Amino acid sequence: MAAVQDGQLNMEVEKDIKTEITNDGSGNINANSSSPGSTSSGGKSKSPAGSGEDQQTLLAVLQFLKRNKLTESVDILRREAGLSADADDSPVSDSAGAGSGGVPNVSADGGDANSLLSRVSIATPSIETSSGFGCGSGGRACRLQCGEDQPDVNVVLSAYSQQGDPVLYPLYYNGLKKFIESVLDCHRAELSQVFYPLFVHMYLELVYNNHENEAKQFFEKFSGDQECYYEEDLRILSSMSKKEHMKGNETMLDFRTSKFVLRISRDSYQLLKRHLQERQNNQIWNIIQEHLYIDIFDGMPRSKSQIDAMSGSLAGEGKRDANKAKVFYGLLKEPEIEVPLDDEDEEAENEEGKPKKKKPKKDSMGSKSKKQDPNAPQQTRIPLPELKDSDKLDKIMNMKEATKKIRLSPDNLPSICFYSFLNAYQGLTAVDFTDDSSLIAGGFADSTVRVWSVTPKKLRRVKSAADLSNIDKESDDVLERIMDEKTASESKILYGHSGPVYGISFSPDRNYLLSSSEDGTVRLWSLQTFTCLVGYKGHNYPVWDTQFSPYGYYFISGGHDRVARLWATDHYQPLRMFAGHLADITCTLFHPNSNYVATGSADRTIRLWDVLTGNCVRILTGHKGPIHSLAFSPNGKFMASGATDGRVLLWDVGHGLMVGELKGHSDTIYALKFSRDGEILASGSMDNTVKLWDTLKAFDDVELDDFTAATGHIHLPENSQELLLGTYMTKSTPVIHLHFTRRNLLLAAGAYNP
Amino acid sequence: MAEERRPKQCTVVLPTESMKAMAESIGVGQLQEESCAALSEEVSYRIKEIAQDALKFMHHGKRCKLTTSDIDYALKLKNVEPLYGFQSQEFIPFRFASGGGRELHFYEEKEVDLSDIINTPLPRVPLDVSLKAHWLSIEGVQPAIPENPPPAPKEQQKTESTEPLKAVKPGQEEEGSTQKGQGATSAEAKGKKDGLMRMKPRSTHELSVEQQLYYKEITEACVGSCEAKRAEALQSIATDPGLYQMLPRFSTFISEGVRVNVVQNNLALLIYLMRMVKALMDNPTLYLEKYLHELIPAVVTCIVSKQLCLRPDVDNHWALRDFAARLMAQSCKTFSTTTNNIQSRITKTFTKSWLDDKTQWTTRYGCIAGLSELGPDVIKTLILPRLTVEGARIKAVSDGPVVSNIDKIGADHVQNLLLKHCASVIAKACPLPDNVEQYRADYGYLGPMLCSHVVKARAQAALQAQQVNRTTLTITQPRPTLTVSQSGIGGSGGSRTPSIIKVPSSLTLMSTRPGTPTQPSPPATKYIVMATSSGSSSTQQVITRTSSSVTSTVASATSTLQPLVKLESGGSRPLQKYIVVSLPSSSSLESKSGVLPPSSSTSPILLEARIKVDCSDSPGASTQSPH
Repeated sequence: MAAVQDGQLNMEVEKDIKTEITNDGSGNINANSSSPGSTSSGGKSKSPAGSGEDQQTLLAVLQFLKRNKLTESVDILRREAGLSADADDSPVSDSAGAGSGGVPNVSADGGDANSLLSRVSIATPSIETSSGFGCGSGGRACRLQCGEDQPDVNVVLSAYSQQGDPVLYPLYYNGLKKFIESVLDCHRAELSQVFYPLFVHMYLELVYNNHENEAKQFFEKFSGDQECYYEEDLRILSSMSKKEHMKGNETMLDFRTSKFVLRISRDSYQLLKRHLQERQNNQIWNIIQEHLYIDIFDGMPRSKSQIDAMSGSLAGEGKRDANKAKVFYGLLKEPEIEVPLDDEDEEAENEEGKPKKKKPKKDSMGSKSKKQDPNAPQQTRIPLPELKDSDKLDKIMNMKEATKKIRLSPDNLPSICFYSFLNAYQGLTAVDFTDDSSLIAGGFADSTVRVWSVTPKKLRRVKSAADLSNIDKESDDVLERIMDEKTASESKILYGHSGPVYGISFSPDRNYLLSSSEDGTVRLWSLQTFTCLVGYKGHNYPVWDTQFSPYGYYFISGGHDRVARLWATDHYQPLRMFAGHLADITCTLFHPNSNYVATGSADRTIRLWDVLTGNCVRILTGHKGPIHSLAFSPNGKFMASGATDGRVLLWDVGHGLMVGELKGHSDTIYALKFSRDGEILASGSMDNTVKLWDTLKAFDDVELDDFTAATGHIHLPENSQELLLGTYMTKSTPVIHLHFTRRNLLLAAGAYNP
Repeated sequence: MAEERRPKQCTVVLPTESMKAMAESIGVGQLQEESCAALSEEVSYRIKEIAQDALKFMHHGKRCKLTTSDIDYALKLKNVEPLYGFQSQEFIPFRFASGGGRELHFYEEKEVDLSDIINTPLPRVPLDVSLKAHWLSIEGVQPAIPENPPPAPKEQQKTESTEPLKAVKPGQEEEGSTQKGQGATSAEAKGKKDGLMRMKPRSTHELSVEQQLYYKEITEACVGSCEAKRAEALQSIATDPGLYQMLPRFSTFISEGVRVNVVQNNLALLIYLMRMVKALMDNPTLYLEKYLHELIPAVVTCIVSKQLCLRPDVDNHWALRDFAARLMAQSCKTFSTTTNNIQSRITKTFTKSWLDDKTQWTTRYGCIAGLSELGPDVIKTLILPRLTVEGARIKAVSDGPVVSNIDKIGADHVQNLLLKHCASVIAKACPLPDNVEQYRADYGYLGPMLCSHVVKARAQAALQAQQVNRTTLTITQPRPTLTVSQSGIGGSGGSRTPSIIKVPSSLTLMSTRPGTPTQPSPPATKYIVMATSSGSSSTQQVITRTSSSVTSTVASATSTLQPLVKLESGGSRPLQKYIVVSLPSSSSLESKSGVLPPSSSTSPILLEARIKVDCSDSPGASTQSPH
């Protein structure tokens, strides 16, 4: 076995050198010249045929570590593997020595060493000194390669150079398929999870080793077996049929850089392991070892539906321990504000939306009489901006409105007011409402941001500096005087971006507006002067979404560069960078307590990040398409997410569990919102509908015992139809945004497509 | 399902010929076959990559249609300079041409006469983005306002009426939701789901106060004396999406109205009622099948009734018969199925009463009109063989002893009708030359006249190259009130922008059969079809309605567009120019993507053909409008 493998390796290297030789020709030539050599190399390594490969891998790893100056790890690994200190150097010296010998089989030997090296993409000087034809040029080729590419990519790719006979791949796969089909039902579903990652990696291996035709055949033969929700990835995969394509292909890199995570019960895993070892199926075993992360749990194997509910993401499920960290999902305690007298109320109403007096009042209501929610984070866990007078006035307004709030229930559905954008010519890309529903902002494909006032109060600009100096600053109505009455209008246009505006968010105090755009910037606009204040540059690629923290000051942005950044409005550099997603970050959202940030991604996972530590505290898998909308329940305990697959998933943030699935939409869900009390979830979609769901019932129906909470193997009830409270069709108007007013009136927005 | 598709996916590559063509275009001749293959694979891969990225931009743009700008952004993402200069509106009008062993796709650029552009009035400035609020739902109930879609979509109405049992089960989820939307409380709906799934839901026939008011206003306006109001009411019936629930009332209103007014010989009211039927049939959101049992008898009555007016010798009840016959033909076309067999039953009815010797001339006229509207095939099989007999009968009246004046007028009309309809059919079916004697032998008394008509028809056909549209000539007959409705609608639309012409009513009324353009059009008229923007729904114009009655393909395409038709007279030159301006609408991709490519190419031609006919007929068309 090892002999054959080595021969192939050699072939591979040779091919790297002589690219002008066509596939078949080179294969034959090299096979002829190298087979005797490789047998000798197998003998030289003095290890049983089966473990030769493992040792090679080890050596490669060692070299890699060395190169990266991780001496400690090198030592540990060496100790663990029981290798002598010079063992890792031996193949190199071997090859050098053999090379100087000048015997025909030398070239094979040198090739062997090279292939090893190519896996870690370093060429040691010792190789260059060797005089053998094959190894010398091989070394150069390696050099060349690592010079051309980013080393990382190369490392990643070259892991595929280890390979078997391409003709045997379908046999291996089929063998495994037969085995899995023959195991007991309870294990079959679990083991079937292996198919997809295995298929992908085998295909990539074939492609990497230039077996284009075999790869194509392999793909055609087995792609039909894969779960339908992987179709999107398979399409990308299918277009990749040459080694050159693999460089720079993001999807490819995702598969390589991250291990595909599978959750398999111990019994099933043992079955698989035994089978593979019995059949000496090293090819598959290697892939499983190298590219898969199998999260073994004790207990009952999961059923097909349980697995299907959780799988679908680009890199398998989240590891179980990834969701073990404690999340403080409780709400921060509201500062106590004495409800003011009536005349002050009037004032509050008048002063709404006016510039703030920049006079931070001391936080005097420190009376800790109220019990702290045990699940809530410390009040001061992350520093939050202090409340200003105007904020307090707004809070008072909020409370007053809340008393007039309509109690929603399945028998008492909210009214929906739909704001249609007319004449938008498909250019509407983002919408946001202020929390008090007084302003609407729209981001457009023509790079503009427009702000409308939906109350009779018109939008006014602050007067120019020259005019401001003439104002009597002592007068009572100074706030009124600074506004330029001439500029009053119902809508204002903000120019500044140079690409479609994909994300938009009002600050909670309605003084600022954030917008993110294709041009890679996030801009902060003042709603007093209607000018751009800051352009936050950091993302070099389109920024798909941005969102203000519910307490203001902080905001999050995420985009095509797969990194979510946390910013503070007064810093031009991000405070935190949340990296981990494997594809574009498509939507971002702050937890109501502002301590966490949720990001949805095109890799079909949702991650929850801790703002304080920057750690990823939850990885939620289960969506089968890019996620385009997120919503937290007002109590912070639950989250809803909507994706292109038209499904809404409900999550328990505390446990990191999927607790519901709402099917009904037929197209991408772009808008989700919980009602102010959290009883009803509204979802808006490209299919021109708004749907209302009974979330109380959804959360009640899920029975959470300790076991499911511990393992995460939830059994979802199939009750979407019972939970659906209403469907409201619009007239060819996709629903882009939803918002519950403080009195629980649902506002929806979208552009009319005539 | 996906298995069949996937193998294809991985094998789709550009043909190597394209590589060669591209290489040649940049001056590289003699590209090796292998290089072509390698190139095409590489290029295909890169294109796929870019397309995938472009899709991302589409998704984030919240659209379901990929635009060229998406591709530009995707290129930008890859640090490739985007393509400049492609600002596609709706589709990229690549044209395909082959010949000489080469196949080409090219971008058609017409020569533009600058003076034409200068002289053309400027298109309207695109409206600015604006915000409009409406109630999508009030406490869980969706109000039936124009901003909301019709409570019951046409498809659902159809399934309900054709397969009443099936409608309950599979559409249960959909129905459950729409039921709720329509007003059933959720508790009720829940009860239905739990146990009573099998039972057909009891449909409520209560009209809201607003609906009752609307019904009252509309019916009063439709039969009232104010023509402007009537036009508005009919427009409302023809376009409002929320009339589903009032449909039973309307249908009863019409049926009862016809019954009463036939007895009272109130011609005007009958005409108004028929126009209501027409408006109902024009409404794209209504599915009339359930109400045909009331509507068809009413319409047939207006076709064949012995007497429709108080003074049969003076009043033009013939026009009503013609109009109703056309309505009948339209409903036959739309609703005839193998189960209800409308067309054959109607044909039988007409034939039976026509064959009866005692039938009055008026009824006779109606029967013939009704039959001949059903199409040339019906004329050929049912009317032509009877020409001799009918000719003899007419001869008896005109040559015989003076009977009543009414009979003579009736016979005249029947004669004209027969000549008109038969001539076109004969012209198409019979070989040249037209021999008077031969005709006399074949068709008896009517032969010579028929012969001259056929000769005329042939001449006209040759001139216009539009055999099919011969039927439009019929419109030159004075037919007063009916045409007013059409021009009224056109006018109301036209009032919005002065440059919108009133499309001659003949355009609307004209033939319900598909036009088949046969020969290149004469150079007398020139059309520029261009795309600009039009925004609000009120610009829904005449052409939409026209085309919806023309052919199904055009209807499906143009009903999603919003065309404006502008007329610019060519000054001293005798030619007229129509500019058909249409905005590609973005609404439903599904419906359009399938239909658009064929229709976008056919509809201008059809229009062209049609409008051209009208131009030549314009004297006739204009004479009728004053009535």
